[in-house]
Amino acid sequence: MSATAAEAEPQAAVRTLWTEFWRKFKRQHVAVVAGVFVVMLVAMAVLAPFIVPYDAENFFDYDSINARPSLKHLFGVDPIGRDIFSRILMGARISLAAGFLSVAIGALIGTALGLVAGYREGWWDRLIMRLCDVLFAFPGILLAIGIVAILGGGMANVIIAVSIFSIPTFARLVRGNTLSLKHLTYVEAARSVGASDWTIVLRHIFPGTIAAVVVYFSLRIGTSIITAASLSFIGMGAQPPTPEWGAMLNEARADMMTAPHVALFPSMAIFFTVLAFNLLGDGLRDALDPKIDRR
Amino acid sequence: MLQYLLRRLLGLIPTLLIVGVLVFMFVHLLPGDPARLAAGQDATPETVKLVREDLGLDKSLPEQFLRFAGGVLHWDFGKSLRTKRPVSTEIAERFMPTLWLTIAAMAWSVTIGMLIGTLSAVWRNRWPDRLGMTLAVSGISFPAFALGMMLMQLFSVQLGWLPTVGADTWRHYILPSLTLGAAVAAIMARFTRSSFVDILGEDYVRTARAKGLSETTVVIKHGLRNALIPVVTMMGLQFGFLLGGSIVVEVVFNWPGLGRLLIDAVDMRDYPVIQALVLLFSLEFIVINLLVDVLYAVINPTIRYR
Repeated sequence: MSATAAEAEPQAAVRTLWTEFWRKFKRQHVAVVAGVFVVMLVAMAVLAPFIVPYDAENFFDYDSINARPSLKHLFGVDPIGRDIFSRILMGARISLAAGFLSVAIGALIGTALGLVAGYREGWWDRLIMRLCDVLFAFPGILLAIGIVAILGGGMANVIIAVSIFSIPTFARLVRGNTLSLKHLTYVEAARSVGASDWTIVLRHIFPGTIAAVVVYFSLRIGTSIITAASLSFIGMGAQPPTPEWGAMLNEARADMMTAPHVALFPSMAIFFTVLAFNLLGDGLRDALDPKIDRR
Repeated sequence: MLQYLLRRLLGLIPTLLIVGVLVFMFVHLLPGDPARLAAGQDATPETVKLVREDLGLDKSLPEQFLRFAGGVLHWDFGKSLRTKRPVSTEIAERFMPTLWLTIAAMAWSVTIGMLIGTLSAVWRNRWPDRLGMTLAVSGISFPAFALGMMLMQLFSVQLGWLPTVGADTWRHYILPSLTLGAAVAAIMARFTRSSFVDILGEDYVRTARAKGLSETTVVIKHGLRNALIPVVTMMGLQFGFLLGGSIVVEVVFNWPGLGRLLIDAVDMRDYPVIQALVLLFSLEFIVINLLVDVLYAVINPTIRYR
């Protein structure tokens, strides 16, 4: 089915992987919208210090404590007079950075380990996979709590903790791909003309694993943002008055009776951000997975 | 079968050993002197020295590990620094509320998740599918603590239908188990759908349809059983997710379970309790994964118990 659809496009003179990917991706309208949302979110997070209407931590409007959303305060005011909209915007910087950095570190280390395990096999493979088993033996957030207990609280340690528990997922994924790629003819060909192990792994095997890594990267960012926010929520990550979304929700808990809107906006911020990354990841997966035309 | 089980049990030993060493090393990785932690802030150097000897912290690391491992095998994790009671008692009191909560969450989420997934696969790309998958992707995107707070605000505070905190009656279980299970239901729905879609494209399903079986029979007898095989594996992984998730949910609903115990222990740097809980959580996770593998072998006749 996909073959006939592709042949019907005569103008596809240069069919690189990239154009092929784009052709499939742009058909998925939900994922495209999610992608645009992510781009806007990143832009807002980067520009947040210049566009926030009030200081997120040190501005107190004592006349409008617990005020509901209005034109003056778009998302309302919290119980000690801070502008919630400004705090959400500044919080986006923290959550996006935490999500992105932790997954990036996890993906980098995990991919390297997976390449070594899959390419070398034997002793290296057993060692690395055993290590992954051990990391998998701790349910996600428990590992993070353990690491935070050792290193102490704060966002930097949360990022380290979350990235450690992303490592085994990437390692397994890349190892599986490497195992199936290394016996393909083009890799054998590269080896037979005397390419070094480094060249084979980096130039011929690694590119073949990128698609899977990118898909997981996007889906994993959502999970990591939730985990980082959870840690802040239970008081082990960012500390008040930092406008981290999970920490904001924790603060809002005390005033749920009088000011439920204080909890609403951080919840929605996390939800829409994670939703966007998940939808984007689903779209990337469908565009990059050659098996998926039957949907 | 028995041989397969034995082999798998033996295979666990290295993992358990490494987990044990890591948990043991945990105390030594904590910043500061564990003996001082145990003795308290104002203890004199003499007291600290006595506590150190009492805890065996003056011995060599291998000796300490043997002592720790021996204790664990006898279900002895030492005493809580906070309450001075044996850690095993502390855990025993908190174990059941967490277990019931996890089981309640698992039960509803797996049932509903598989139902949604099956319906979505059968009515693929039509409105039940769109609705089901929209719910599912929302479910995995909504953080449990935010969901819990919203449910509590709506059903307990504003409508007054359900109790807010505590774990006394079955009505106390409704909101926390809903909160805890939401993400799992969502993951199960997505996974069941994709597994089912694969199965419905198989030759034997076409054959079943071709010989004139009703669609219900095809879906239930030929589809469901085969689609369940990967779903069972996924279920096991989700159990671990629930164990972790219960930590956050217990904080929201002030649930008297293991998760709250862990958070309190981390706050108070009550390291014997942390050690025991981390060990217990990972042990549960490992055992559940083993059970899942065995179950997998039972329902999938193509797997020979190698």
